[in-house]
Parts: sequence; C-alpha cells; structure tokens
Amino acid sequence: MLELPLMPDRASALARSVDTLLFVWLGIGGVVSAAIVVVIVWFAIRYRYGSPANRAMAPPAVQRRRNNRIEVAWTVTPLLIFIAMFGWAARLYVVHAATPPGALDIYVVGKQWMWKIEHPGGRREIDELHVPAGRPVRLLMTSEDVIHSFFMPALRIKQDVLPGRYTTLWFTADKTGDFHVFCSQYCGTAHSQMIGRLVVMQPDAFARWLQRGDVTRSMAEAGAALFRAHGCGGCHGQNSAVHAPPLEGIFGRKIPLADGSFAIADERYLRDSILLPKKEVAAGYAPIMPSFQGQLTEGELAELVEYVKSLASPQDSGNESSREPEPAR
Amino acid sequence: MNERALVAHQFDNAAQQRDAATLGMWIFLATEILFFGALFVAYAVSRIRYPEAFAAASRLTDVTLGSINTAVLLTSSLTMALGVRATGLRARRAALGWLCATALLGIAFVAIKGVEYRHEFTGHLVPGFDFGYAGPHPAQVAMFFCFYFAMTGVHALHLVIGIGVVGVMLVRMWHGTAGIGDRGDLGYESIEMTGLYWHLVDVIWIFLYPLIYLVSRA
Amino acid sequence: MSPASPPVRDSYLDAGYTLWSWLSTHDHKRIGILFAFSITALFFIGGAAATIIRLELLTPAGDLVSEQTYNKLFTMHGVIMIWFFLIPSIPSTLGNFLLPLMIGARDLAFPRLNLASWYLYVGGALFTIGALVAGGVDTGWTFYTPFSTMFSNTHVIAAAAGVFIVGFSSILTGINFIVTIHTMRAPGLTWFRLPLFVWALYATSLIFVLATPVLAMTLLLIALERWFGIGIFDPALGGDPLLFQHLFWFYSHPAVYVMILPAMGVVSEIVACYARKPIFNYKTMAMAILAIAVVGFLVWGHHMFVSGQSVYAGIVFSILSFIVAIPSAIKVFNWTATLYKAHVMFHAPMLYALGFVGLFTLGGITGLFLASLALDVHLHDTYFVVAHFHYIMVGGAVMAFLGGIHFWWPKITGRMYSDGWARFAAILVFFGFNLTFFPQFLLGYLGMPRRYHAYAPEFQVLNVLSSAGASILAAGYLLPLVYLLWSLRRGAVAPANPWEAKGLEWSTQSPPPKENFRQTPIVTEAPYAYAPPIEVAK
Repeated sequence: MLELPLMPDRASALARSVDTLLFVWLGIGGVVSAAIVVVIVWFAIRYRYGSPANRAMAPPAVQRRRNNRIEVAWTVTPLLIFIAMFGWAARLYVVHAATPPGALDIYVVGKQWMWKIEHPGGRREIDELHVPAGRPVRLLMTSEDVIHSFFMPALRIKQDVLPGRYTTLWFTADKTGDFHVFCSQYCGTAHSQMIGRLVVMQPDAFARWLQRGDVTRSMAEAGAALFRAHGCGGCHGQNSAVHAPPLEGIFGRKIPLADGSFAIADERYLRDSILLPKKEVAAGYAPIMPSFQGQLTEGELAELVEYVKSLASPQDSGNESSREPEPAR
Repeated sequence: MNERALVAHQFDNAAQQRDAATLGMWIFLATEILFFGALFVAYAVSRIRYPEAFAAASRLTDVTLGSINTAVLLTSSLTMALGVRATGLRARRAALGWLCATALLGIAFVAIKGVEYRHEFTGHLVPGFDFGYAGPHPAQVAMFFCFYFAMTGVHALHLVIGIGVVGVMLVRMWHGTAGIGDRGDLGYESIEMTGLYWHLVDVIWIFLYPLIYLVSRA
Repeated sequence: MSPASPPVRDSYLDAGYTLWSWLSTHDHKRIGILFAFSITALFFIGGAAATIIRLELLTPAGDLVSEQTYNKLFTMHGVIMIWFFLIPSIPSTLGNFLLPLMIGARDLAFPRLNLASWYLYVGGALFTIGALVAGGVDTGWTFYTPFSTMFSNTHVIAAAAGVFIVGFSSILTGINFIVTIHTMRAPGLTWFRLPLFVWALYATSLIFVLATPVLAMTLLLIALERWFGIGIFDPALGGDPLLFQHLFWFYSHPAVYVMILPAMGVVSEIVACYARKPIFNYKTMAMAILAIAVVGFLVWGHHMFVSGQSVYAGIVFSILSFIVAIPSAIKVFNWTATLYKAHVMFHAPMLYALGFVGLFTLGGITGLFLASLALDVHLHDTYFVVAHFHYIMVGGAVMAFLGGIHFWWPKITGRMYSDGWARFAAILVFFGFNLTFFPQFLLGYLGMPRRYHAYAPEFQVLNVLSSAGASILAAGYLLPLVYLLWSLRRGAVAPANPWEAKGLEWSTQSPPPKENFRQTPIVTEAPYAYAPPIEVAK
C-alpha cells in the first residue's frame, strides 16, 4: 500500500492549536492564490489580444481616483489580515513560552550524533525520551559540541540546543504512543542519524518504567557524591571557614549580585556559577570561587544542579510551587 | 574649474563626470563604514560580555605609540586637506608638498604600527603565533587581540592603499599628466576623491583608537 | 517584420572578434554577456549537485552517496546557487546589458569597475570551485558556528574566501548602478519616468552596497576564528554562536531581496509589453520596490525564532516580517490589475512572467506561514522552508530570469528564437517546478527536517514525486540552451523592436551599436505609454 501521510500525529493541545492556525492559513492562502490565478486566467482569456471585450476606460482623472481607492483597499485589507494572523500566532507562542509550574524536569544533552537523556530519578536513555502523558514536561537541554535542535513533529515544537548554555522546551503530551524525535539543526556528518523516539506513557506505566533500568541513585544523589568529590562542601558547607553563599533553599530565589543587579537562581544560574563563577558574583561575597570548566561533563553538571535544587532551606518545606516559572526559550 | 578637462566617453560633459565620481566615492565610503561597522559590532558585543578581560588586554596595548599614531594620522588629514585646497588653487608646488607630507605621514603611521605589531609579537600576544598570556581569561584576551589585529590590520591595509593612491597622484601631478587634467588643472577631481578616502580612513581610526587603546584607561 | 532583412553588421558584437577583445572590454554589453557565460556555467554545476541530491532522496536510506558527500553536495548547491547564480544573475547579466540602454546612456558610470566586477566574480568562483575540487565543504551555505569554525574538517576557509571575493563583485556593481542611475539619465528622463526594471536595479544596488560589507567581515571573522582558534563565536572559548547568526542573517536576509527585486522589475517590463498597457499604478510599484528594500533590512531575526534569541525579539521580527509582505502583495495585485482591459498576448516571456506571479504568490504566502511565530516553531528547519524559498527563488527569480532572457534576446543577439519551443519549455518548467517543490511543503509539515541524507520511510512517496518533478524541471532548463544557441546561427534576424515595446532600449538597433545610440534620446512621455493594438512578431 502506498504510504502517503499528509499530517503528522497530533499529541498535544498545542499541536491541535498549531494545526488550527495552519488550516486557517491554508484557507487564506488557498483562497488568495486561487483568486489570483483565477483572475489572471480570466483576464488573460477575456482580454486576450483581439478579443471583442469592452475595453473602454473612464477618463484619466476618474480612473486615477478609482485606482487609488483600489490600491488602498488591497493594501489595508491584507494588512488587517496579517495583523490578525500575526497576533494569533504570537499569542500562541508567548503563552507557550512560559513553563507552567509543577513541570517535570528532564535533562537532554545533545552531542554529535546522539541524544543523551537523564531523568531526575536517575534513569538514563539514549535517543529515547520517555514521558508521562497529561503532565507538563520541561526539557533542560545543552550541547557538548555544536548547535543541535530537538524537534518533535507530533508536538509541533522544536528548540535549538546550544553548547555552553541551557535552552528549555516544555510540553504536555496527551496521547500515548511512539513519536519521532529529529535533530533539526545541521550538525555534521551524521546529522540525519541523530534521531530518536518520544515515548508517551500512561502516568502509572511511566512511574513503573522509571523504577526499572539500572537505576542505582537519583540525579540529586549522584550530584551529592560529586559535590563531595570535588570539594564543594569545603567552602559551601556549614562548617567551612570560607565565606561562601549557603546553597540550602537557594534554587528559585532572587539573588542580589555584587554589581547591584539581581539574578534568579535557576538552572542556568547554577550551571554558570560552577563554570563561570566570576560572571555573577553574589553581593557580599568575594570572587574567589574557582571555575570547574573542563572538569565536569554536562551530565555531571546536570546532576550537581539537581542536587542543589534538592537542598531545602531550613524553613522551606520544599514546595515546588514556590519556584518561579521560567521562559521555555 | 575643468573647462577643458578630458571627459570619459560615457559622460556627456565634465560636470556629469564630476558628479558621478563624487557620488561614487561617497557610496564607496558608505560601504567602508558598513565593513568596519560589522567588525565594530562584533567587537562591541564581545567587549560587553567580557569587560574585565578586554580591559586587561587593552592595557597591554601600547597607548603611547597608539596616541602618537593618532596625532600622525590627524595631521596627515590636515596636510591632505591643505593639499586638496592647493590643488584647487592650482598652486602646484604647494600641492606637491602637502601631498608628499600626507604620504610620508601615512608611511610613518604604518611604520609605527609595525613597531607595535613587533612588540606584540615578541610579547606573545598574537593569537595563533605562540600566543601566551599568563593572566586570567586567556581565551578572551586572545579574542581581544584577534579583533585588534583584524581591525587595525584592515585599517592599515586601507591606509597602505591610500598611500599608494596619493603616490600615484603625486607622480601624475609632477609629470603634468593628471589624466583628467589640462595644463592649468592639476587633476583636482582625483585629488578631491583621494582626500575623501583619506579622511574616511582617518575617521575610522578615530573610532578604533578609543575602542582599542582607551578601554578602562580613562 | 521582413524575414529577409540582413543581419546588422556594425553592432557591439562587431567591435572586435578576438577573445582578448572580450576579456579586456569596457563595454557594458559585452560584460553582461561575459557574466551570462559564467553564471550559466555555475548554474549547471549547482544544478548537478541538486540532481545528485534528488537522486539520493528517491530512497529513505542513504545509499547513493556517503553522508559526508551528501553534506558537501547540499552545501555546494546552496553556496553556488545563491552567491554565484541567483545574486548576480539578473543584475550582472540583464542589468549590465540593459541599464545604460534603458536610460539613454552610452555606458555605465565606471566601465573599468564593471570589468573588475566580472573578474572578481571569476576569481571568487575559481576559489569556490577549488574548494569543491579539493574535497568540498560540509557546513551548509549558512556556515553556522561553532561547527564551521571548530568542528568541520573541510575547506571552509577556501569556500569563505571565494564568497568574500565575489561579494566585492556585487559591491562594485552596486556602486556603478547607483551612480549611473543618479547622474546619467537622458534628457527628460525623470525618476518617475524610469522603467520599473531600473527602479528594481536601483533598490537592489542599495542592498548590495549596504549589506554585502557585513557579510565580508563576518566571513573574515569566521576565517580568523577557524585559523587561529579564537572564540568570538565558540562557546567553548567564551564566544557567542548567536552573534554569528545575527551578523550572517543581517546580510543574508536582504540578500534574498537582491534575488527577487530585479526579477520583479523584469516581470513589470514583460507584463506591460504583452498586455499592451501601462503597469497599474506605476508610482506605487516603484515605491513598493523601495519599501521592500528598506524593510527587508529589519527582518533578519525571523531566521532565528528557535535559536535561543529572546521571545521579545521574536515578536518584533515577526511583525516586521508581516509588514515587508505588504509591498510584495501590492505588486502581485497590481500586475494582475494590469491585465484588466488589456490586450494580452502569450509569447514565451509572458508565460514566464505570469508563471512568476502565480508562483511568487504561493511562495510569498508560505513565507507568512513561517513568519507566524507558533507555526514557525514547528516548520523551522524542515522541508517547508526549503519549499518556500525555492518557490520564490526558482519559481520566482529563475522564471523571471528566463523570461527576461527571452524578452531581450532579440535585442542582445539580433536574432529571434522559436517561440513555439520557448513556450513548450516554459510550460515544462512550470509543471516540473511545481511537481518538484509542492510535495516539499507537505514533507515539511510532516516533520522531515532539512539537510537529511536519510529519512523516515513514510516520507518516501512525496520525495519520489519531488525527484520526478526535478527531472522534468531539468529538461525544461536544458531546452532553452538548445534553441537559444541554435537561434544564434539560424534564427530570423531581429528588427530593432520585434515586440513593439516601449522603453529606450527598443529605440536602437538590434543588436545595439557600441555606443548604444546613434544620437542621445530625449524622453517626453511616461513609461509604458502603450497605445492600443499593433500586431507584433511571433
């Protein structure tokens, strides 16, 4: 049988919204293109050279006024349609830009030419992303080398994955099944092999899946081990002689910086603080933290970030909703 | 001014030729501004990202030589302007003198720049040629010097071309074969265009100098 | 027209028959022909790359060429087609030949600079072909960092050097055209009596001189970064890859208007002639050309919606991208309105021009799909984008270029080609083109990414359709080579004005004399002052 799909799978509410936007554009585009073609063909036939059609034109002054009115009409009409379509698409985009609270964080590291996924519970996968249906999922992504892009056609979303920083992408899949994952930013020789599967599961099946595999410890636990191994506690620990910012409950807080500005202690801030400690020095502290650039892989960095995230402040109950939501891009 | 000047075959008259040459030169200058503008933007973005590294790197440049060079180039613009004026007044000897001075000042600039480059080379500050910097942020200091060599190098290239053009103008004026000149005319049009170009090269340096040498030296 | 009239013997073609007379010419007409030879050669090299690509994509597996080779093929296809074909095509061939003629001048303002433009083109082409022969480049024509500066093992610097050099060709052409149009118009030829092709060349030249220098410096920085291991654009050394993208697209978006504006100018000339009517609302058309050029500088960020740039930047670039579509839409409507109460004839150039209007409409509207933020998140870097830009560049610019070649062929060569064969080729091109690229819109929405050597099996049927179309398209492109070259020897001798067209270029003999006009023309009437029916040649 001839396999000729015309639309990709639709696995989220956003996908359905984007498809609606598409259909309206197809409608407008189809109508306008068809109209142009029909009118051109009609004029070409009716007014072909030698045809007996009436070609009498109004006097020039009248014609000029008429033409100007027509010109204004077909300038303003498209402009209004464009503003409407722009507004709709922009709104959909902006609304989807902010990650909703309570999203499940999953770390994605792209490298030539594979996707390495790590769940906070510790389970890892290569070129596959298992997620629960019906729950917001936020991907925290970075690259180990060149720019990649994480593309899931069934969800109608993608985001470039850059080296040296985190980019984020969130979604709520509401249909179970297997869907394509493609790298969609050319990244070298095996770019077209950098593909995978998005596996959307029922929440309880997902919970069971998380427990399986060779999971010995969660990301936060691995991060704790790294924290000790690299001597972070030497300065940030409670008994340290060095004046270093305490990390308990720091995640999500607004941090006053030495130059008078503020930063939100999100994943980006934590990662940058480990690799580029002099970039955003906290107010009241000397810039003495050494950089760990080159000593930690992206996976290890993510584990450290998860560890710091897990450190509850003495008063804090560890409620996730106290965290500020962040932009997906 | 060019009543009996030679007019190229595509032009109807000398005035049209003059207009075309002038407009052409101005548009060319606009492209030059866009060239250097792109470099300046890239430099500016990098500098904003790494203020300390760029400040430290800038302090490694030779501000004495750089300042002398600025004076040299500004003076050369003065001599150039006087040379253009003398040409217009048909004061041949004065024009030759001023243009010669301009060329010599230009050569002086390039020579001093060469001395600076040599210092930087022996100081291991040339990226890709045994670059070595012992302080913090070596990669960003290397970035600064990459911009430094790119921007001053492209500028110096333009200056060398300018010196060459002034040289050609000098030779023509000396022999009285200004090409577009008649016996009484010293080829004013060409000299004026050369002057415009020279002034642009100077203006670009006026932006380069503070951007490179005066970071955190205020 | 008298079929027995003898060929003209004192045209620009007779002012020297040696190769050196061509290679050292200052005549804008000869330089235009030199360009025509070069860009045709490069077109077929770029086309050969496309042929192999489409053959590879017949099957989902990557089984015709290796991954590396495929990556090099699409890179060279893009580099050659954009910089060595589309950008110079109409301006440096038709523009060079026709601009002085259309304004009643004897040559461009700076003939020697014009020749330098050609040599720079050839030099750049040799560098780039050298890179190709030495093993190719695999970065994509967009040279994104850090892949191009730190990871690719191919001849990036050589290719970048080739593009750098050919950029100067554009800049010099731009300076030449602007000065010529400002200072050398014939008596009576005011700005609003200029043909729209001249307006288009003017706006294109503005983009040439303002945008190309930025590309030049960006390529220079890439070369320095790659050679010396600096980190301006490489995050591993503290650089910013998005800085590269901003610098690159600041040039490359206006570059697409360089590719389409001259084509629009050609279409206006052809439509007016074969409709025997002035273009509807000429002044608005001229202003629309300028508006496209200006606003075109403000939209580059729409290539970067998912790059990591801010949401705010995305919104600004999106609305501006919608705005830049308005003058283009106006032009489409005005061309259509020109046919109202006209006397339409269907010579081959007109078929190409009308084909342009239809395909450009489709291509332009799909551009709006891409300007829509939420939709672009899905469509970015898929085949939808590939289809969109091929509709504009191939369905648009190349069709207009072919239409222009046919329209002015009698003027340039003094010979008439076979209109029957020409119309057949036009229809073949139209049909082949749509079959090649329409399926790619569907592929894009389905999610097939660009630059994929192997793809998911469900995409195969559409890919096969596309490759089938490509073979028809190729035939359509080869055909004109045959009958146009044949006409040089055996075509009927062309009169000065075989189409009874308006425009100063038609008032001189075919082919024109070296000095273009025996006597400088004086212009007294509005452009496109077509009066009702005069029978024209077939």
